[in-house]
Amino acid sequence: MKLTYRTTLLALASAAIISQIQPASAAELTVMATGGEWQTALRKAWFEPFAKKMGVQFNEQEYTGELGKIKAMVETGNVPIDLVTVETSTVLQGCDAGVLIRLDYSKVADRSRFLPGTALDCGVGIDVYGDVLAYDTTVLKEPPTSVLDIFDTKKFPGKRAMRKAPAQNLEWALMADGVPIADVYKVLGTPAGVDRAFKKLDTIKKDIVWWEAGAQPPQLLASKEVVMTTAWNGRIQNAIDKDKRPFAIVWDNQIVEYDMIAIPKGAKNLDLAYKYLAYAAEPEVSAQLGSHIPYGPVMADATPFVPKDVLPKLPTAPDHMKAYLVGDVEFWGDHGEDLVKRFNAWLAQ
Amino acid sequence: MSSIAMPSIKTRTSATDRSDSLRPLALAAPLLLLLAFSFGAPIVALLSRAVYEPTIANALPRTIAALRVDGATGVPAEPVFSAFAADLKEAQAAGVIYEFAKTLNTRLPGARSQVLRVARLAGQDQTATKEAMIKAAPLLGEEQGWAAIRAGTNRFTSFFLLSAFDLRWTDQGTIGAVPADQAVFTRVFGRTFLIATLVTLATLALAFPLAYVMTNVRPVIAGIVLVLVLLPFWTSILVRTAAWTVILQKYGLLNDLLLWLGVTSDRLELMYSRTGLIIAMTHIQLPFTLLPIYSVMRAVQPSQLRAAQSLGGRPFTVFRRVYLPQVMPGVLAGCLLTFILCLGYYITPVLIGGASDQLISNFIANYVNVELNWEMAAALSFVLLASTLGLYVVMTRYLGLDLFKMG
Repeated sequence: MKLTYRTTLLALASAAIISQIQPASAAELTVMATGGEWQTALRKAWFEPFAKKMGVQFNEQEYTGELGKIKAMVETGNVPIDLVTVETSTVLQGCDAGVLIRLDYSKVADRSRFLPGTALDCGVGIDVYGDVLAYDTTVLKEPPTSVLDIFDTKKFPGKRAMRKAPAQNLEWALMADGVPIADVYKVLGTPAGVDRAFKKLDTIKKDIVWWEAGAQPPQLLASKEVVMTTAWNGRIQNAIDKDKRPFAIVWDNQIVEYDMIAIPKGAKNLDLAYKYLAYAAEPEVSAQLGSHIPYGPVMADATPFVPKDVLPKLPTAPDHMKAYLVGDVEFWGDHGEDLVKRFNAWLAQ
Repeated sequence: MSSIAMPSIKTRTSATDRSDSLRPLALAAPLLLLLAFSFGAPIVALLSRAVYEPTIANALPRTIAALRVDGATGVPAEPVFSAFAADLKEAQAAGVIYEFAKTLNTRLPGARSQVLRVARLAGQDQTATKEAMIKAAPLLGEEQGWAAIRAGTNRFTSFFLLSAFDLRWTDQGTIGAVPADQAVFTRVFGRTFLIATLVTLATLALAFPLAYVMTNVRPVIAGIVLVLVLLPFWTSILVRTAAWTVILQKYGLLNDLLLWLGVTSDRLELMYSRTGLIIAMTHIQLPFTLLPIYSVMRAVQPSQLRAAQSLGGRPFTVFRRVYLPQVMPGVLAGCLLTFILCLGYYITPVLIGGASDQLISNFIANYVNVELNWEMAAALSFVLLASTLGLYVVMTRYLGLDLFKMG
């Protein structure tokens, strides 16, 4: 129950206040990340070791990944954070809007050491995750074999959950409609292709529960609200490993994505922020996250350092890379806003 | 004598009147100033974004001049293209090319990467021809592309406000509807008003009898009921919404109870549905409707009702002609309060409503936070604010609710 413009102004005001009360100290690094188990994993794998190694104070904040909050800070000239974690498409957006700084890779690492598409102008990759399908093995006796089974309501009746966004869902809809993986973005780039994708989504629209936060899919499965859900692989794996949930992951037709970290324009501890990026790009360091949440490293030379028991749980494990699509950042940079609007119109119908 | 004294009294009284009305205003001045600076000014500044969008015009000074020479429609001739290339090159050097590309992309989906490609071309090749530029960015060879650029060169724009009503300028220069598969906002505004109405009616149906009971029982019991109503009122809206998800979910308390009682044979879909949303919103809004009604009901003299009855009025007539007119201001105030608050609901629709239950605030939040299209957010906010104020004026003027007696 809040008027949003008022909230924005409040955010502007609080950003100003926060920056006033935080002393500018060179031995402090503030990072804003998207929370949950993922941020806990980041803390254990990277933030705490870095703070110890450099003898600095590491401050953490949480947000929901929206660029609006960072833009408000940058526009008011009070940027109390030095690093932010963001999605790949958000890096592009933040770059365009002048909210994130263009990185000087001479201070980070050789760009060729990153997996293709993970060293962007305004952000560096931190991990590789998969958009996968998850289900409760005690509910579905006959297991789905592909993410695309989410479209099969005959064989798998009941509610299913998908992320409330056009990205990934439109790609899957086209694949389920028979488009070869290699042609997905080519087809989606045409009005007829978009119509085709929405038409496919229409067939399961009334059976879908929409999730927005990464913590929701395991909750929806646990409360038996849905029989299957799309999810980020790490959240499901952690529910299996740590909470002993009877969940399983379906990898075929997964969509591979990257998480990124970026520096907002006006960050006060720029040097230290760069030192952190360089630290996280070291192969042994890059491989640390997988032990805390099963997301793969973006440094091409880090794989040998990933523990043997972690490797098979990663989206990049050979077994999981039989049928997969890499999310196309440029495509979503071009068509994101338009397709979100179309998606919302479709939801409202 | 009197003819001399009269004007002086008149002057004196009117002077007194004026200072009488100025004094309270002076007392309120600090608050009014604070409101103007901390609330009014930022809102105006933000809302002005809905009609003022100078990014494209600022990036294209040469192109604008060349377009003026070239003509008003169609794909322009070579000089405009070279001016465009020069502008893009400078925008790239100044670091504003991305913002330009993004802004144009809002009006012309898909333009972003094409603009960036042309800008790269212009940076490398000083003498890029029209043909080469069209090859890099096909939209530059289309009338539609240049129509969007021409429209964007106007710093004041009706684009966003029209979009808020699912309208746009057509190629013929008239205002027309956007294609049906892109029309979303009229439906969302309609839905927002519908849900606000339903919740208002539901709270009224619950609050009116409850308030009546509270005025007619012993003070101790009335006090207990009041505390029961107010306790949730003091709890954070997020906590209450989360509590409702626990109650309403498929394997939640309510479904368990209904099954156990044998009322239903199958589990109801209460979460992510409009039913659940209205239940939760009604609970949250109940005190806002109840308290104004309760306060006016307490002021009604029972002796009046008894008098009306003793004069031969039947219970319903007494209720309609003596009781209802007296409590009506409270009822209207409570309903108006709830209705307006419902228009701004955000958290509860996100957590409990389904995909087709998202209200206009959810869309505004999306444009502010995710799309970074603050112009569109400002336009939608403006429409919401204007319709809320309009409704308030109508209610106060035509339904006889006095502005200063609310609550």
